[in-house]
Amino acid sequence: MSCSRRDFLKEAVGGTLASVLPLSAFTFLSTAEAKAAIAESTLRWAFLVDTTKCVGCGLCVKACKNENEIPYDAPVTRTWVERYVVTKDGTTHIDSPMGGRDGYTSMEIDGEEIDPDDIDKAFFVPKLCNQCDNPACVQVCPVGATYQTNDGVVLVDRDWCIGCGYCIMACPYGVRFFHPVHKVADKCNFCYHRISKGMEPACVECCSFGARRLANIKDPDDPVTKIITTERVAVLKDEYGTKPHVFYLGLDANVR
Amino acid sequence: MPEETIVHGVEWTVKELFVYPNEFIYWSIQIVMYPYMTGLVAGAFVLSSLYHVFGQKQLKEIAQFSLVFSLALLPVAALPLLLHLQQPTRAMGPLLTPHFTSAIAAFGIVFTAYALIVLSEIWFVYRKYFVEQVYALKDQPGLATAMRRTVYRILTIGAYDIDADAIRVDKKAATVLAAIGIPVACFLHGYAGFIFGSVKANALWMSPLMPVIFIMSAVVSGIALCMLTYIVIREWQAFRSRRKGGVIEASQIKGAETHVIDIATRYLIGFLVAAISLELLDLIFRGYTAMKSWDILRSVMYGKDFMNIFVLQYTLGNLVPFVLLLLPGRTLKRTVLALLLVLFGVFMMRWNVVIGGQAFSLSFSGYMHYEIPIIPHSVETFKEGLFGALTVITVPFVLFWIINKFVPSLQREVTGD
Repeated sequence: MSCSRRDFLKEAVGGTLASVLPLSAFTFLSTAEAKAAIAESTLRWAFLVDTTKCVGCGLCVKACKNENEIPYDAPVTRTWVERYVVTKDGTTHIDSPMGGRDGYTSMEIDGEEIDPDDIDKAFFVPKLCNQCDNPACVQVCPVGATYQTNDGVVLVDRDWCIGCGYCIMACPYGVRFFHPVHKVADKCNFCYHRISKGMEPACVECCSFGARRLANIKDPDDPVTKIITTERVAVLKDEYGTKPHVFYLGLDANVR
Repeated sequence: MPEETIVHGVEWTVKELFVYPNEFIYWSIQIVMYPYMTGLVAGAFVLSSLYHVFGQKQLKEIAQFSLVFSLALLPVAALPLLLHLQQPTRAMGPLLTPHFTSAIAAFGIVFTAYALIVLSEIWFVYRKYFVEQVYALKDQPGLATAMRRTVYRILTIGAYDIDADAIRVDKKAATVLAAIGIPVACFLHGYAGFIFGSVKANALWMSPLMPVIFIMSAVVSGIALCMLTYIVIREWQAFRSRRKGGVIEASQIKGAETHVIDIATRYLIGFLVAAISLELLDLIFRGYTAMKSWDILRSVMYGKDFMNIFVLQYTLGNLVPFVLLLLPGRTLKRTVLALLLVLFGVFMMRWNVVIGGQAFSLSFSGYMHYEIPIIPHSVETFKEGLFGALTVITVPFVLFWIINKFVPSLQREVTGD
């Protein structure tokens, strides 16, 4: 077979074009476009944390670890409780050993014994994924393994995640981690397997003090939605523009 | 520790004060190696283009070598990413199902495009040589020679036309490719900077200057490595021929050419100044605007990482080689020392960006220290440890040695141009 250089180049360019053209048949949808393509949902999950009610027992962390099969003794967790102690000298002491799993029973923070008389104020702050409306983690996933559902929850596809860790880096709240067994990114999803069947998330169900509650923010008759819409609530780190959907009652300025 | 409790990062992260429970140094030594190696690729290509596009005739010798060396470095730019992935079998994911809002998604495309440019430029530059070898090795005895000839026959891809017209077209094609290659090389690396610069959650990384800083330091490191390798190989050749005293005529082995080094040094200094200026601008701007994150950034930069940033990177890696290269009466030995320091400085810059960016907690109330695993006791501690990094550094030299067997980038043309 004879093939001049000119022919070779011609064929090569033609072949490349022919193989590339069918790709144009596909359209890449932005998250907003994809959302619009699906019918407007009447459901948008949100969460309300009443920090004034939390006593730091750690039951929610225990329940979450068991429900979502996060190895109990691994130092990662989908939800955690932080302890804040502001002393009279103006220092804020913060800790969350094992995510507060075992409850706060000691006066010691980071090896330092705090004298109760020195304390100005002290409180607990439960944390979990904020299921942001503009999630940075979804934006940066190179393969689309993490995505936002129609009802606002951000999920991770364990069969698709390549484990690059970009989403972990992108999340301003530090809620993501690598699952020690599955070796893929993992995070809280409001117990999606439960809430989509009409149940409460594990942490909400086990909280005896009503510090954690789930809401459908699109249902004006939802009692928790009523609290969010009528009372003074705050969100964490709104300066990142992620539009978080975990709302806090009684959030202190010291909370990180 | 039971295996199921070993979380990625727990083995090399030491936490201090308040750090969120899930925070670890997830991006470790391999992510330091990734921009470092990509930078070397881009820099080597830019150096070769100075001759091919901008007609810097004096750089011809080092330019040809740089071009082939950038090919040897190329696969190694992707290697750290592969070693870093928790699911390495899904490495093709970003190419097959790219999610284009992610800065990483385009890596495969940019990388492939760049690889094609480098490969085709080398092909146009060396096509004449391949054809000549096919004819020269014809009818020569030996299985090895026959196999060698087969390799060259494959390399020609059937294009045996080497008359003056065809060669002229080849040269033009190489120039055009080199010209396209410069922006693509800069994009390849500026884009590595974008991967970091666009992470809004990270106070140290987030800066629009990041891609530009990355490009400048990339060119610096690329030029430095090419010059260094060029000097070492040339001097080694000269040394060997002096000792054996025979095979090649003494006049042909001159060691490293002084004028080549002089001009390359001039470019090196230029890019070095640009890189340092941008980095300092970034630093001053952060201090002056003093946003919420500045308190913790300052404590990391001026406190915990002072040694890494100001002593190792800026002083030893930038200032000292700058002075060494500028002082009159520069000798080859001094140049080599300066080049080594420049390479070290750029490595420290990558280290301070990647590891330094994770040295403080997202809570701005605590710190994390990275303790690089030295002796590996698992696959993970090998990949993300000292030996993983050393593997990545070694591979390009092995590849270059192999490629150079077929594409003699260091052979001086006896006939001249």
